[in-house]
Amino acid sequence: MRMPLRPRLLPIALLALAALSGPATQAQTDKNVSDAIAQYRAMLADGNPSELFEAKGEELWKTPRGPKNATLERCDLGKGPGVVKGAFVELPRYFQDTGRVQDLESRLLTCMATLQGFDAAQIAATPFGSGEQKTMESLVAWVSSESNGMKLNVPQDHPAERRMYAIGQQLFYYRGGPYDFACATCHGEPGKRIRLQDLPALNGNPGDGVGFAAWPAYRVSSGELWGMQRRLNDCFRQQRFPYPGYASDATIALATYMGVNSKGSVSIAPAIKR
Amino acid sequence: MKHRTLLLGAGSAIAVAAAALVGCAGTSETTQSSPAEITAATQATIKASFTAKGQAGLDRLDQDEIQKICSSPTPPAPDIAARLAAEQAKTVKYPADGRWLGDWKSGEKLAQDGKGKTWADPVDKPGGGNCYNCHQITKTEISFGTIGPSLYHYGKLRGVSDPAAPEAKPILEYTWGKLWNAKATNVCSNMPRFGHEALLDEGQLRDLMALLLDPKSPVNAD
Repeated sequence: MRMPLRPRLLPIALLALAALSGPATQAQTDKNVSDAIAQYRAMLADGNPSELFEAKGEELWKTPRGPKNATLERCDLGKGPGVVKGAFVELPRYFQDTGRVQDLESRLLTCMATLQGFDAAQIAATPFGSGEQKTMESLVAWVSSESNGMKLNVPQDHPAERRMYAIGQQLFYYRGGPYDFACATCHGEPGKRIRLQDLPALNGNPGDGVGFAAWPAYRVSSGELWGMQRRLNDCFRQQRFPYPGYASDATIALATYMGVNSKGSVSIAPAIKR
Repeated sequence: MKHRTLLLGAGSAIAVAAAALVGCAGTSETTQSSPAEITAATQATIKASFTAKGQAGLDRLDQDEIQKICSSPTPPAPDIAARLAAEQAKTVKYPADGRWLGDWKSGEKLAQDGKGKTWADPVDKPGGGNCYNCHQITKTEISFGTIGPSLYHYGKLRGVSDPAAPEAKPILEYTWGKLWNAKATNVCSNMPRFGHEALLDEGQLRDLMALLLDPKSPVNAD
C-alpha cells in the first residue's frame, strides 16, 4: 500500500493554490477550492489506511476472544449466522432475537455479548478509541468493506423498521440546545458548506458514496477509523446537544432514516476523510 | 454506575426495557402508528438515549416554543410565524448607552472562533461567534460556510458611510436585532440567538457590529 506523503500539509498547499489562482469571481473561487479538495481526496484514496483496520477486523472476527473464548463467526448480521457479505448495506434492520432495530455497531455488541460473553453495556460506556471500542473500529471497517460497491438497501418491511424511520425523521428535525440546532440545520438543503466542508443533504438521497454511503471512514486528521456511531456522536457535540448513548435508539433511528433515504446509492465504506 | 447507555446495549432485559420505553418492537404486524404515537415515541427515545455531559445538561433537550414549532420539514403557518416573531422581537435588548459599534479587529477574531457550549468546552470560557462557519464575511478569508448569506460589503451595500449619522440608525437597530435574536425577523432562522441565549455579551456584539458596519472594517473597506 502506498501512503500519501505528509497528508496534513496537502490541504493547506492546495487551498493556497486555489487562493492564488488570480482574480476570480466568487463562483470561480468556490469551484477552485472544491476542485482542490476533490484532488486532495483522490490522492488520499490512493492509499487508504482503512485497509489495515479491515485486515485486523477480519482477524478479530475469526479469533476466539472474551470470557467464552469464542469467535464471532456465528454472528448473525441479518443475513443468517456468519454471513458478512452484503450485510452492511441492509443495516439497520429488525432482529427477532433482540426485538430491536439494530445498526451494525449495536448488532456487533449483541454478538460480542451473546457469543463471546463480553459486557455490552460496559463496551457501550467505553470511550471511543480505547479498549473494546478499538476492536469495534476494526470490525466495522471489515464488515462494511464486505459490502463495498454494493447499493444501500435498508429494509422497511417490519413495522418496527418503519417506526424507527418515523422516529428518525422527527429526530432529524428536532431543534434544541443553546444554538437551536437540529440535524436539518446543516443537512437539510443540498449544496451547503460549513467553512469548506461540504454538507450532504440527508433528508434525501445525496448519491453514491456521499453521506450515509461514506461511513465508516478513515479520518486522516486523527488517524482513526470512525463508525457511524462516532460520526453521529461528533455531530451531536457540534449541535451542542447532551451526550448520545453508544448504540442508543436515537442514533439507530437516525441511521435508519439516513439509510432508507439513501436507498440505491453505492456504499464506498470504509471511505477516507480529511 | 447509573448510565443510560445501560438500556441500550444487548441482551433480553435491555431489549424489554427499550421496548417498554418506546412502546414498540415486534408486537403487532398490522397496526400503523399514529403521528401522536410517533411523537411520544420520539420523546421516549430522546429521554432514553442522551445523558448530561460537561455543561451540556439534559435541559438542552427541552424545547421552547420557537424550537418546537420549527422542528418540522414544513414551516409554520404565516399568522403563527408572525405572532411568534413579534414575541421574539420584544426580547431584543438594545445597548443602553447608545454605543453600537466596538472594535472590528476583535469582531473578526470572534467571527473566526467556532468554539463554545459543547460538552467538551469549559463552562467559564467565553464562546466564539461561529460566523465564518456559515457566512462569507471578508474577502481574505476563503474558508467560509454557505448556510447563511454573504456578509461581504454588509455596511457598504446598505449605504452606511458614517455609522454615527442619524440615517444609519435603522440599519444599526436591524443588525443588532439580528445578532441578538435572529428569530425576531425570521422565526425559523438557522442562526442562533446570540443575545437572547446569552451566547455573546453586549461588548462582543458591539465588536461584531463593528466588523459588519465600520467603514474601516475589511468587510466594507476591501
